[in-house]
Amino acid sequence: MRTAVIVFPGTNCEQDVVHALSTLGGDAELVWHRENDLSGFDGVVLPGGFAHGDYLRTGAIARFSPVMAEVERLAEEGLPVLGICNGFQVLCEAGLLPGALIANRDLAFICRFVELEVTDTDTVLTRAAEAGQRIRIPLNSYEGSWVDPDQTGRVPLRYVDNPNGSQDSAAAVANLRGNVVGIMPHPERGVDHLLGSTDGRILLEGFLHSMALA
Amino acid sequence: MKVTVEITRRPEIADPQGSTIQRALSDLGHTDVVSVRVDRVVHLDVTGEDPEAVKQNVEEMCRQVLANPVLEDFTVVTG
Repeated sequence: MRTAVIVFPGTNCEQDVVHALSTLGGDAELVWHRENDLSGFDGVVLPGGFAHGDYLRTGAIARFSPVMAEVERLAEEGLPVLGICNGFQVLCEAGLLPGALIANRDLAFICRFVELEVTDTDTVLTRAAEAGQRIRIPLNSYEGSWVDPDQTGRVPLRYVDNPNGSQDSAAAVANLRGNVVGIMPHPERGVDHLLGSTDGRILLEGFLHSMALA
Repeated sequence: MKVTVEITRRPEIADPQGSTIQRALSDLGHTDVVSVRVDRVVHLDVTGEDPEAVKQNVEEMCRQVLANPVLEDFTVVTG
């Protein structure tokens, strides 16, 4: 089971994602955004950072990177696709997830641990967790407030204490099928006691397990 | 041909930047300002003779990339 970890110019969390997935027994590989073939991969992660400098809008340019056509194909085939932080923004811009992300309610860059509650376990990110389970992982974003005027999104993870004004207190959003998920906090930074939490493991384990099932 | 695109956030979408500026103005004594919205203007220089064709072309660019239809509306002005 191979995971493609996409690298755009300005992506900066790709090594953390590869490290986290490898720690959990996954086989993760960095893939440059100009690649146009993801055959042989069983899942994709779009990591955090500032793809294409966040110019125009976060994710607005990244969604046209050549690799995105393949990400869309994998999503359509039902394979697990996960966007973390900036990756979540890219998935919204690409139309693979509903809604969009705007600046935090208080215009502050938020960089701290947040507590989440699992509200839907029928997604590739939350399938190993239990409904109602609390997860504590770091949030690290400025444009992290999710809005969805059409109210079509599924929300598998909610902030216990909404830090950024996100609609429905959404910390993560899934498509209807549950195979495409975007999450604003960073599960990959919560896999080692040394960094203060191992709560991200249950999420990434679920993602790895989903690749085996898809 | 010079083209100006004004991209405005939909009224129902919060604009934290605008609200912050409105509060700052109020603190400075400008209590007559009831609302502030901060939007974006993009200036393009586009080849083409027919303003209507250029306008349609740029509107397509707006739908494709310049604006996010979930959040924003746009107005294209040529000339």
